[in-house]
Amino acid sequence: MEVPFVLLIGLFFSAAVYLMLSKFLVRVLLGVVLLGNAVNLLIFTNGRILREVPPIIPAGHDVPQALTANPLPQALILTAIVISFSFFAFLLVLVYRAYQDLGTDNGNEMRLAEPENDPLPPTGY
Amino acid sequence: MAATPTDLSAALVMTPVATADWLVVLPPAWCILAGAVLLMARKSLHLQGFLAVPALAVLVLLDALLLAHVAANGPVTMVMGRWLPPFGIAFTADLTGVLFALAGAVVALAGAVHALTDIDGSGRRYGFYPFLLLLMAGVSGAFLTGDIFNLYVWFEVLLISSFGLITLGSEPRQIDGAIKYAFLNLIATTLFLITTGYLYGIFGTLNMADIAAKAAAGRAELPLMTLAMLYLTAFGMKAAAFPVNFWLPASYHTPRIVVSALFAGLLTKVGIYALLRTLIMLFPVEREELSFVIALTGAATMLLGALGALGQNDIRRLLGYLVISGIGVMLAGLSLGSPGGTGGAIFYALHSMVVMTGLYMAAGLAGRLSGTFDLSRLGGLYARSALFSALSLVLFFAVSGLPPFSGFWPKVMVAKAAMDIGAWWLAAVVFLSGFLTTIAVGRVFLLAYWRPAGGALSAETIPASALLPLVALTALTAVFGLFPEALLSTIQLAAQGLADPRAYIGSVFPGGN
Repeated sequence: MEVPFVLLIGLFFSAAVYLMLSKFLVRVLLGVVLLGNAVNLLIFTNGRILREVPPIIPAGHDVPQALTANPLPQALILTAIVISFSFFAFLLVLVYRAYQDLGTDNGNEMRLAEPENDPLPPTGY
Repeated sequence: MAATPTDLSAALVMTPVATADWLVVLPPAWCILAGAVLLMARKSLHLQGFLAVPALAVLVLLDALLLAHVAANGPVTMVMGRWLPPFGIAFTADLTGVLFALAGAVVALAGAVHALTDIDGSGRRYGFYPFLLLLMAGVSGAFLTGDIFNLYVWFEVLLISSFGLITLGSEPRQIDGAIKYAFLNLIATTLFLITTGYLYGIFGTLNMADIAAKAAAGRAELPLMTLAMLYLTAFGMKAAAFPVNFWLPASYHTPRIVVSALFAGLLTKVGIYALLRTLIMLFPVEREELSFVIALTGAATMLLGALGALGQNDIRRLLGYLVISGIGVMLAGLSLGSPGGTGGAIFYALHSMVVMTGLYMAAGLAGRLSGTFDLSRLGGLYARSALFSALSLVLFFAVSGLPPFSGFWPKVMVAKAAMDIGAWWLAAVVFLSGFLTTIAVGRVFLLAYWRPAGGALSAETIPASALLPLVALTALTAVFGLFPEALLSTIQLAAQGLADPRAYIGSVFPGGN
């Protein structure tokens, strides 16, 4: 079960990197969302993927007798999903606001903070 | 069914937490509480500052008490929900973490006082003080946690608060800076999360003491080099190390000057702290393997920062490059890994927190008096206020690493540690970057302070609440420059505690694991 997941994660990562290399912020944003999902899947796969093995410890034992999926990575993902969703919401608003205020969603044209022909400091009085 | 008595001690910590040990969780808890109160009181603009400044003063006090406690009794641990470690999330305070937390709290208090006159009504309405308190919750939590996933969560807490602070005012150039800051920092924390996922897959634990013990035991067969390299990239990006530093000069000059000052003091240093924690304490052997890479990165960061500072006309952008240059010195210390190197990195980080915050405040006041931040138009500040010029000069000396101020000692420690292992080139770069920094800030003093004013300077007197934090931070750098012995011996102990984490592990697992 792990191998198809690993391939899928690789696909997600490559798509995310490809999108993030774009100069258009909307694509970068989509890339960041994909990246977050790629990481979540990666952690999920880390905790073993098994079908229909109930995580029940039989009486008289201290550990489960069959190999079960580890629940902790799933708890980690839950935290990461909430965090990445809130960041996505913030970035979406920020990108939209940038489009309104700066009139572009092209990262190369956003040169307000770092003007292109910034003068050098004076060399004397 | 008759209830069988369950032996709770198999899963829970049964001894009640000693009163003094509660100090470990109080700094972040207090900040969240105070932040929530400030958020509720956001409509009463005059109350905000009066609540936030005492709240941060209490934070300084809590961190100072914790430092005294840890210095006297060694690392202190508390686990959430009483679950036995490594299952409960542990908060572990050791000397390194507490020193960083205390310096961060001092910087935040100075920023809050400075903001009383620097942040206007609309900045307060949009929540400057609640964001500051939540930022401090994230920063304190990151310095005190003993769990690596918990560290990730605190990183996100401080990141989202910093987003709020950097966009405060919503000017177009701030939006521009915030876009670059937000995207690149988010990618860095995602990289951190990827690494932590791998780490859990390898070790099956997230508790840092447990990881340190297991890494030492099973080093031969575990793929730890991958983890070390990924952490170096992720935290290097957070710390603005070359070549992943581009978010810093793109954004640090855009927000309100107090926000820049706080960012320069707090954010990149959290990255350095995380690097120290992971590379020195968890993966020391892998750090040794990566030593040359880190040293090269550090040298390039130092030079890039100093050369970048030489080429800037806007003093706020110049200071952004000086932050980067300082990160290079810390990375150089980290790459050496010897007690002198690690100690130098810790000392330089503490020094940089205080001095960079002070410098941004000084730049803000210079801008307020002159109405511009451009070196080509600034002038006459010395004639305007000799006291302010003297304070600025002390900070300029400190950031260049000139004696007798606090930047001198850590640079000497790092350079000496480099020479001890024969890395003369690294020591030479430390001194060269210091020399270039001296030229850059010397030119600022020449042009902005000594040069006769081109136009009329603002006649407003500098308010006491804006000047007082600057005086306090300057006094700190002077005191620790003139009398470094007490701090130096504490830092040596902190560096030893990182390199040999037996006391740290012992505090998490009192009975051995």
